[in-house]
Amino acid sequence: MSRYIIRRFLSLIPTIFIIITLSFFLIRFAPGGPFSSEKNVPEQVLQNLMRKYHMDEPMWRQYLRYMGDVLRGDLGPSFRYRDNTVNELIGQSLPNSMLLGTIALLLASLVGIGVGIISALKQNHWQDYTVMSIAVVGISVPLFVIGPVLQLVFAMKLHWLPLSGWINSRDGFRTLIMPALTLSFPYFAYIARLSRASLLEILRSDYVRTARAKGLAEPTVIWKHVLKGGLLPVVSYLGPAFSGIITGSIVIESVFAIPGVGRIFVQSALNRDYTLIMGEVIVYSMILVLMNFVVDIVYGFLDPRISYN
Amino acid sequence: MRKSLFVLVAFLAIAGSAFSQDFVVSNGGEPSTLDPALMQDTVSNTFYLALFEGLVQYDPRTSKGIPAMAQSWETSADGLTVTFHLRDAKWSDGTPVTAQDFVYGWLRTLKPETASAYAYMIGMVVKGADAYNAGKGKAEDVGIKAVDSKTFQVQLLGPAPYFVDMTAHSAFAPAPKWAIEKYGDQWTKPSNIVVNGAYILKEWKAQDYILVTKNDKYWDAKNVKLRTIKYLASDNLSTNYKMFKAGAVDWMANGIDLNMIDEILLRKDYQSSAQFATYYLNLNNQRAPFNDVRVRRAFAAAIDKKTLVEKVLKGGQIPTDEFSPPMAGYTPQLGQGYDPATAKKLLAEAGYPDGKGFPTLTYVYNTSTGHKVIAEYVQQQLKTNLNVDIVLQNMEFKTLIELRNKHDFTIARDGWVGDYLDPNTMLELFITDSGNNSGDHRNPAFDKLMEDARMAKGDARMKMLEQAEKILLKDDQAIIPLYHYVNQDMIDTSKWGGWFANPIGYHPPKFIYKK
Repeated sequence: MSRYIIRRFLSLIPTIFIIITLSFFLIRFAPGGPFSSEKNVPEQVLQNLMRKYHMDEPMWRQYLRYMGDVLRGDLGPSFRYRDNTVNELIGQSLPNSMLLGTIALLLASLVGIGVGIISALKQNHWQDYTVMSIAVVGISVPLFVIGPVLQLVFAMKLHWLPLSGWINSRDGFRTLIMPALTLSFPYFAYIARLSRASLLEILRSDYVRTARAKGLAEPTVIWKHVLKGGLLPVVSYLGPAFSGIITGSIVIESVFAIPGVGRIFVQSALNRDYTLIMGEVIVYSMILVLMNFVVDIVYGFLDPRISYN
Repeated sequence: MRKSLFVLVAFLAIAGSAFSQDFVVSNGGEPSTLDPALMQDTVSNTFYLALFEGLVQYDPRTSKGIPAMAQSWETSADGLTVTFHLRDAKWSDGTPVTAQDFVYGWLRTLKPETASAYAYMIGMVVKGADAYNAGKGKAEDVGIKAVDSKTFQVQLLGPAPYFVDMTAHSAFAPAPKWAIEKYGDQWTKPSNIVVNGAYILKEWKAQDYILVTKNDKYWDAKNVKLRTIKYLASDNLSTNYKMFKAGAVDWMANGIDLNMIDEILLRKDYQSSAQFATYYLNLNNQRAPFNDVRVRRAFAAAIDKKTLVEKVLKGGQIPTDEFSPPMAGYTPQLGQGYDPATAKKLLAEAGYPDGKGFPTLTYVYNTSTGHKVIAEYVQQQLKTNLNVDIVLQNMEFKTLIELRNKHDFTIARDGWVGDYLDPNTMLELFITDSGNNSGDHRNPAFDKLMEDARMAKGDARMKMLEQAEKILLKDDQAIIPLYHYVNQDMIDTSKWGGWFANPIGYHPPKFIYKK
């Protein structure tokens, strides 16, 4: 087992390396560069900027320089936010997105799995129809509609919650409620549908029939036999979902004015802020492959059919 | 008991904020820097106006320069030497502001290693500055000097009458050498920064907000009313507008929610004012069919700008056939106006009667709803009035800029905002091979007038610029101006004084106060 884990972990390193290398060259093929703007700067100013950021060097040397810096944990200066390094920018915003994303995903998982269980057990009853209709709404209505509607109702009309902003001394953590709810909605919907479908499949499986046939009480059947197998697809979904949700959502962060990493990510691409894009790509891909790695390990514990030896 | 105490506290908090001078601005984004030498975006500029002060600062009504660090100045008879006399002012750490701080600040902006985008503004007017910035000259040869600690003298390239106004710009800021040398790149952090403006930097929460508080060491502190200003970084105009309506934001400084324009137009806290800026169609003057001036003129005559502004945009923009907005002493020269009959006639003369045989052109613009509706309007006008088809193509902004820079387009959406109140900042765009001359306009007569105007003064100079604009538009119709932009702000001026709609759109917070 531990040998498998180590081998699997080491295989992550070349994956990340390839992602960094590809991204480094790909973003430089996009038209325009970090210093082009509506008002073009004079040639000499452009030269000064290129020299300052080593962009006057041949591409291979820029690449080696960058890889060297990355190995030392230095993601370089941002081209756009000139008072900040990429480490600072990501370091300030990623924790905010992680906090919000974790809350939202916890909420989505708890409610989603609960709802999935109920509708699987009450298949084709009104309970099932009701929650599954809500789930369809959750999947099909985009976040940029849900967010402003919540704002309109709970902040503008009822004045229960602050309209936007991050945790502060006046509103405390209440600012997180609406963005976390909005963010969790599509995840909740997806988890509910996923768990319902897989639970239904398990409920009809032979080993559940056997368990019932030997006279086990229904709660024992559900808890010990159905859930364990039925939640496997949810677990494998949670890995990438977690890496997606904690790395920020541009829509949520924009609508609720949240200082997260999602907004920076999109902005950096539009600004051709090469170092910042690269920093985000590295952080995102590391989180993604790590999460997939964790899911693989957890699978081994949950699913008796899988063996790592 | 507990509850009533809570109510009391809440009441006091509300009452307190109603009478106190605290101001919240939704600023539209995160500043790219707080270092004056590096600033190049409007969001960063807002902080320049709060934290720093140059020789002059912007008059809140007219955007013209008024005395700031410089108490007075005089210009030599030939107009080439300007001598500024500094007032007794202090940096926020108590150090006096000296002429040496200006020498250091300007040279720092110019220094090639600083890589300042706006270094060219100093290079345009000050002797030796351009060469130093290009790495071809020495710092000692830049025409600025501290005669003594309170006298700062500048040698100009020509008698540029707009020079003094220009020094209100962040590129011309003084800089605290000791703080910059001590902290390096970290000098703009709240704990390190030393400023000479009306406010000091208190908190900087990236992507969230920046809080500044009144600077007690500021020379005019007794006239500064606002106690704190909080600049929110939120870029979502719809959220910002809701915040404004809910009273959580006092000034929306970075545009309005265009989806709500019909509602906003009815509000008395909506402020719009003509901006020193023009939205125009850039035509590639060297590429067929626009290498024929009759085709350029026919297109100009086919577009009804008044209807565009009144029925489509509705934001109070000013339809125009000129490029440089009017100003005291300067009468803009008009290009071809809307006239469908003339349009048809010109196109026929150019060899395309009723649009027959005219190639299908592509109109490129950067992706945005605003630009899209304009493109569609132009497309429909050309079809109706010239029977000409054009194809619309949207793209990312950086891609559009790349195409424009390479002159690789036929018609492109374009816009230009003047850096200072003078026709020069608008017209110099179209000098042959100038860096922003993406339509590739080439006319030696125009170039000569612009060059001569650099050395001229007063009325004669304005006449030269008028003549140049006449060539650009009446003779060459190099571009098709559509309208002058407007600054669109939300602020209740019956509650807040000292804020005035003005052409550059800079609003120094030192003048703002609660009525």
